[in-house]
Amino acid sequence: MSQSNTLRVQPLETVTWRALCSRQDLVAHSGVVAWLDGEQVALFHLPDTETGDQVFAIANKDPKSGANVIGRGIVGQLKGDLVIASPLYKQHFRLADGTCLEYPEQRLRVWPARLNGDAVEIAH
Amino acid sequence: MNSIVTPIKSERLVIVGNGMVGHHCVEQLVERLLGRGTLGLHEIHVYGEERQRAYDRVHLSEYFGGRDAESLALCEADYYARHGVQAHLGVQVIDIDRDRREVITTAGRQPYDRLILATGSYPFVPPIAGAEGNARLVYRTLDDLDGIRAAAAGARRGVVVGGGLLGLEAANALKSLGLEAHVVEFAPRLMPVQLDEQGGAALKARIEALGVGVHLSRATQEIIVGEEYAYRMAFQDGDFLETDLIVFSAGIRPQDALARRCGLDVGARGGVVVDNDCRTSDPAIFAIGECAAWNGSVFGLVAPGYTMARTVAAQLAGEAHTPFTGADMSTKLKLLGVDVGSIGDAHGATPGSKSYRFIDEATASYRRLVVSPDGKTVIGAVLVGDNSYYDTLLQYAQNGIKLPAEPSGLILPAGEGAPALGADALPDTATICSCHNVSKGAVCCQIDAGVTDLGELKAATKAGTGCGGCSALLKQVFEHELAARGVAVDKSLCEHFAYTRQELYGIVRVEGIQTFEALLAKHGRGHVGCDICKPAVGSILASCWNKPITDPLLIPLQDTNDTFMANMQKNGTYSIVPRIAGGEITPDKLIVLGQVAKKYDLYTKITGGQRIDLFGAQLHELPDIWGELIDAGFETGHAYGKSLRTVKSCVGSTWCRYGVQDSVGMALRLEDRYKGLRSPHKIKFGVSGCTRECAEAQSKDIGVIATDKGWNLYVAGNGGMRPRHAELLATDLDDETLVRTIDRFLMFYVRTADKLQRTSVWRESLEGGLDYLKDVIVHDSLGLGAELEAQMQLVVDRYECEWANALKDPEKLKRFRTFVNDERGDPDVHFVKERGQRRPVRASELHLIPVAEEAL
Ligand code: SRM
Ligand SMILES: Cc1cc2nc3c(=O)[nH]c(=O)nc-3n(C[C@H](O)[C@H](O)[C@H](O)COP(=O)(O)OP(=O)(O)OC[C@H]3O[C@@H](n4cnc5c(N)ncnc54)[C@H](O)[C@@H]3O)c2cc1C
Ligand code: SF4
Ligand code: FES
Repeated sequence: MSQSNTLRVQPLETVTWRALCSRQDLVAHSGVVAWLDGEQVALFHLPDTETGDQVFAIANKDPKSGANVIGRGIVGQLKGDLVIASPLYKQHFRLADGTCLEYPEQRLRVWPARLNGDAVEIAH
Repeated sequence: MNSIVTPIKSERLVIVGNGMVGHHCVEQLVERLLGRGTLGLHEIHVYGEERQRAYDRVHLSEYFGGRDAESLALCEADYYARHGVQAHLGVQVIDIDRDRREVITTAGRQPYDRLILATGSYPFVPPIAGAEGNARLVYRTLDDLDGIRAAAAGARRGVVVGGGLLGLEAANALKSLGLEAHVVEFAPRLMPVQLDEQGGAALKARIEALGVGVHLSRATQEIIVGEEYAYRMAFQDGDFLETDLIVFSAGIRPQDALARRCGLDVGARGGVVVDNDCRTSDPAIFAIGECAAWNGSVFGLVAPGYTMARTVAAQLAGEAHTPFTGADMSTKLKLLGVDVGSIGDAHGATPGSKSYRFIDEATASYRRLVVSPDGKTVIGAVLVGDNSYYDTLLQYAQNGIKLPAEPSGLILPAGEGAPALGADALPDTATICSCHNVSKGAVCCQIDAGVTDLGELKAATKAGTGCGGCSALLKQVFEHELAARGVAVDKSLCEHFAYTRQELYGIVRVEGIQTFEALLAKHGRGHVGCDICKPAVGSILASCWNKPITDPLLIPLQDTNDTFMANMQKNGTYSIVPRIAGGEITPDKLIVLGQVAKKYDLYTKITGGQRIDLFGAQLHELPDIWGELIDAGFETGHAYGKSLRTVKSCVGSTWCRYGVQDSVGMALRLEDRYKGLRSPHKIKFGVSGCTRECAEAQSKDIGVIATDKGWNLYVAGNGGMRPRHAELLATDLDDETLVRTIDRFLMFYVRTADKLQRTSVWRESLEGGLDYLKDVIVHDSLGLGAELEAQMQLVVDRYECEWANALKDPEKLKRFRTFVNDERGDPDVHFVKERGQRRPVRASELHLIPVAEEAL
């Protein structure tokens, strides 16, 4: 369940960080969506997780409805995992790795994300 | 890493038919091969002559009830591709070359090592002269239903030939398409296979009461041109019936054409002959589902087909398998809204068997219990009118449970000491879900492995995910077994709060708690919460303190609808419903709605709640739209909130010749007072100006009906899924007393109801019932009256239009952006025009849209 694992899937030297928006664009304990060269990235800001101030970046498209709505779901914690509930049909996705708890085949893409000073950055 | 040294030739498996059973076989096979790590060693081909991938035929009729092909599909669109299974849809297999082990298809040849036939059945149409075109429709596939829908356009009357299970379902479909429906049956009773004579008669009475014509013992001789309708069906007895379309549902026949052509053994009454391993007369070929004949019988239900599919999948995967040894054909259905059940030997055909019968002619209910010659066990049953007896009877029959001393108690109306079979009386081997072959023992195993949640149980065992008929029993067994293990059946809100909503409400109010964080820290677990407790607590905080829901501390708690103060639609856009109190609106305001809708190209519809809904706005458009609406004097309608929706009114004494009070005036006053009140669920009102009740107030949570002397107050009515008439709480109230009484009633509900409990369900769960409610609300027996009124006044005083509040604050608006780093709208939102307005594009239409269309 540790979130830090997925942030290190690539060797650190090869990671390029890219700023998507600023800290002020985020909404604490909730999500916003950023545009990334044709992809839609939902950004969730959790100021007080066990590992401190954290941002998570996860694909915005809900696989069940095909609508771009994940960024508008409710953040929660189920059995220790931080999750986002899709606002349309309420299935849950793990913020750490995008796995859907109810339908494992509906996995979402996740990006490593961090707060760097005022910038919200994701690696890709 | 295990390295494979010698490349193993992969086995080629071909499955003909992508229906329910064929698909289940693939799923089972994939699961097993994945489990063994050998999926890669198989090349799997699936052929389906229908265009759609496998769908839920059992629920086919819901296609007329609004479900589309996609939602009926049995798997995600990419399921096959993801597992390397090659699906050839819209491709028919036309022959099998058994010597060369190849199937010949409309798209070419495909070799196989082993072949599975899952070709299902086809509807039988008796050879009647003139049965063609719209006088020869059938009811089996999605395409058939499209055909019926097309034929029904412009038609007035429809006839179904065949009064069996499917025929009645088809009649219901015709009714739902707005046609006058008739059923013509050759036998002297309905559902001749499943029901006995009295059962058939009871069903006929019920169905005729629904306005469906039932014509028994009728053989159609020919179909000719009609005089009043398109066709005339001439019966053998000289009588006739005219109609615009005819659906044949006179039975199904196993689709065994391929087997016949390639010389496999076929049963006397059709069907590919199979043994207990579902193997045909050619050892390389299996047959499963409705096309297979086992021991001389074919099985027209999905559960036996699924069992066959599992048997074959296990063999193909090289696992030990359970042979197929027949299946139970008991069924439980709701036909045209009437419960019908048939178990085992429904006709009492077993020599020496004895029957008990219960007949209630007043309600056309009928029940028959057939017991074994020694009187010890149940061997069959028939139910018409009430299926609540079914689960218990089926368990008695399937598991040979010994009958109680007074067997008739099993079918007597409940309340007369009926010995309902508790979940504990079931043996471990009792089948709970026949679709997925889940026994009580398997449920217990899951519980012992730590499953405490019904959803998890369903995911782990698939129980309840087939026809759905076992859901109630499954829940009962699950909860009973949990309780038996000392696991208190958990009434907790969720894993973060071990309290019910009522308890949390009490805590919040007594301790004056103002935030979710504070409540979680003091009374909950963890420090995040989830999508169950956050909105529930958000609603409690709002009911108690009525702070603007746009408050930054409240925002993360709410569902998207509350967060963005609009209702999310299936494509991620929103609908906008301004308040139109009492349904009264000036021409100027109507014009503004029209102008705004036009400017933002919003689909516009009059709602069932006497107001106007504007659909299709994107997130970033909401503030602009609301800015214009608020400037024109509108305020939010809370269509998104668990809160007051509408107060429906009739025009009342101001215009109507019968009106005795000003119902519009009262509706406006009430809507103005309670707008914005957050509650466990939505609340709806109706105010009628006289006893003719044009505002349908008695179907509302709060119904107010004018009398000569004042107002009668009704409470706890409901439309929706489980309609309930409201009950009279107080009579002849003056305006002030009316408002005071409603204050008390609503606050008492807000305080004590469970999460997402409408007033109707809450009222039914109140101990002491209506009398208790009258005591508390009207006679103030708890001495709470003044407190409840004061609480309501606080909420009323703090009311502020949420949209007006948000528009004043740039900080609150910053979230109303589709993208925080880009101005564009969502490029994946596409619309098409229909009847002069736009609507979301359907998945199947997407490729038709030129890319340039999107200029948002
Ligand atoms: C728009 C409207 C249908 C229409 O085109 O007319 C509608 C639309 C929805 N209804 Fe309704 N209901 C609408 C009138 C009704 C009525 C008729 C009435 O109010 O007189 C009923 C039956 C009366 C009743 O509630 O007792 C009704 C019973 C429901 C129910 C079932 C409630 C129940 O207790 O069984 C739901 C589901 C729920 O609330 O859990 C529901 C839920 C919904 C939802 C919220 C479903 C959803 O989650 O997306 C729909 C969202 C609307 C939107 O996006 O704007 N809607 N719904 C009507 C809006 C009325 C309004 O002006 O606010
Ligand atoms: C309206 C309706 C309601 C029903 N309700 C219930 C119910 O409540 N409970 C219940 O248990 N059962 C019910 N059934 C029956 C249930 O749907 C069937 O038992 C089940 O679908 C059988 O599955 P199958 O795979 O054997 O056949 P099908 O689902 O019919 O699938 C066979 C598939 O094979 C295809 N096919 C045939 N020949 C070829 C070929 N040569 N090449 C390629 N493809 C081919 C067909 O086009 C079809 O798609 C209902 C059926 C209908 C129509
Ligand atoms: S508007 Fe109401 S009845 Fe219509 S589809 Fe939506 S929820 Fe169902
Ligand atoms: S019996 Fe059909 S889903 Fe359980």
